[in-house]
Amino acid sequence: MTQATQTTTHNQEILNGSAFFDALKCKECGAEYEPKAIHVCEYCFGPLEVSYNYDALRRHVTRETIQAGPLSIWRYRPFLPVAGDNLIDVGTGMTPLVKAHRLARRLGIKNLYIKNDAVNMPTLSFKDRVVSVALTRARELGFTTVSCASTGNLANSTAAIAAKAGLDCCVFIPADLEAGKVLGTLVYGPVVMAVEGNYDQVNRLCSEVANTHGWGFVNINLRPYYSEGSKTLGYEVAEQLGWQLPDHVVAPLASGSLFTKIYKGFQEFIKVGLVEDKAVRFSGAQAEGCSPIASAFREGRDFIKPVKPNTIAKSIAIGNPADGVYAVDIAQKTNGNIESVTDPEIIEGIKLLAETEGIFTETAGGTTIAVLKKLVEAGKIDSDETTVVYITGNGLKTQEAVQGDIGAPLTIEAKLDSFERALERSRTLDRLEWQQVLV
Amino acid sequence: MSVKVLIPTPLQKFTSNQATLECTAANIGELIDALETACPGIKDRLCDDKGQPRRFLNFYVNSEDIRFLDGTGTPLKDGDEVSIVPAVAGG
Repeated sequence: MTQATQTTTHNQEILNGSAFFDALKCKECGAEYEPKAIHVCEYCFGPLEVSYNYDALRRHVTRETIQAGPLSIWRYRPFLPVAGDNLIDVGTGMTPLVKAHRLARRLGIKNLYIKNDAVNMPTLSFKDRVVSVALTRARELGFTTVSCASTGNLANSTAAIAAKAGLDCCVFIPADLEAGKVLGTLVYGPVVMAVEGNYDQVNRLCSEVANTHGWGFVNINLRPYYSEGSKTLGYEVAEQLGWQLPDHVVAPLASGSLFTKIYKGFQEFIKVGLVEDKAVRFSGAQAEGCSPIASAFREGRDFIKPVKPNTIAKSIAIGNPADGVYAVDIAQKTNGNIESVTDPEIIEGIKLLAETEGIFTETAGGTTIAVLKKLVEAGKIDSDETTVVYITGNGLKTQEAVQGDIGAPLTIEAKLDSFERALERSRTLDRLEWQQVLV
Repeated sequence: MSVKVLIPTPLQKFTSNQATLECTAANIGELIDALETACPGIKDRLCDDKGQPRRFLNFYVNSEDIRFLDGTGTPLKDGDEVSIVPAVAGG
């Protein structure tokens, strides 16, 4: 399809009310572009954002129209950058918002919720949201091959949803990824390139490939559409809290995109009148071994100094985060914080969430819980604040990270007395652990 | 020093749609000037008002970000590959 035909069709769709986005706009200089497969401004290289007709949205969308929609991210379709009705709906989104009583009590706060994307469909991370949107748009733009640079979760999601959509797929990952994430990509049958280098090097290579191959890279030339999928994490929390915004959110920071899109999601719901205006504090979590955004926040810088990642939290190990400056800006203007935690604290975070709430998260989630704990202990989260913590990935994918820290099963003979002895022994061990804690 | 430069898609209109160029320069600063001579107008896109590489543009020499080297003073030698890449999101 030619560009001119594409644009005419798109304008017609806006007139028909089936699409509410009208352009891509540079976040830095404001230059506008037609909504095709481009991701940076031709003038200043600032990132491009999808812009919407909010007056039309306000007229067309109500709480009732959303509630009548599917139990997936597509109930928010008017707020997402897709033009037609050929949606890829694999049940992504509408994950549980859990009131975390036991974790809250352990930390000494009252109103804590976990947004649990560890059980998002189909590949158990929030990436299914962004990929569902990106691949739907990729099909609309005429791509038949899709690709991505990934720290693991994105590769899982792109491969799975491409398989469902019948698209060819080639993904690029760092060669040292966790086994579960590699297997969880290969099973869908894509071409997998394991690059000898860290994620930032994989990303650079993909940008070079994107210059010469006409593929749809979900986090490169489709990025403006892809990243919009994260807004649904904001919408869902607002809806699940009874059409109200929380007081405080804590989310992991890798590139910074997720953080900025949750913020955008809340702002859009305010703008079209779906929720009351309210100040929400935004706090971000990084691993100390890759904390360029936390450093910029701490030092009050408006630029990011890239770092070389060295942490077990591989899914958020981005040393050169593209949206880092915007994440710092949001944390500053909302009176939030950005903190980092060590690898041992991340493992403790994973265990704490599992033991108190029955949720097994991956290292990124461990980072977020550890930062939550740190912020509470530092008095930076009020005990009465309604706080929502975003858990974005599943622990079954990063088993290596906790394998040496969670004990082992008690092997016993198939006899009652063997069981009784083992049980007594485990209780003694429990008592010893408690005594140690008390000392 | 003769180096190979990888040009991102948004800048290929300055290079007659070529994705790679050969240039001669002793460091990144000189390379930017050499690119401007070969492709007039390109420097304005590569650099901000202060003449520094734009915030959302990354320069790599043989796969290493110049911010881990000597910035625009990073020396170049024959056969080096310089990649110019807009910042991209993750993960």
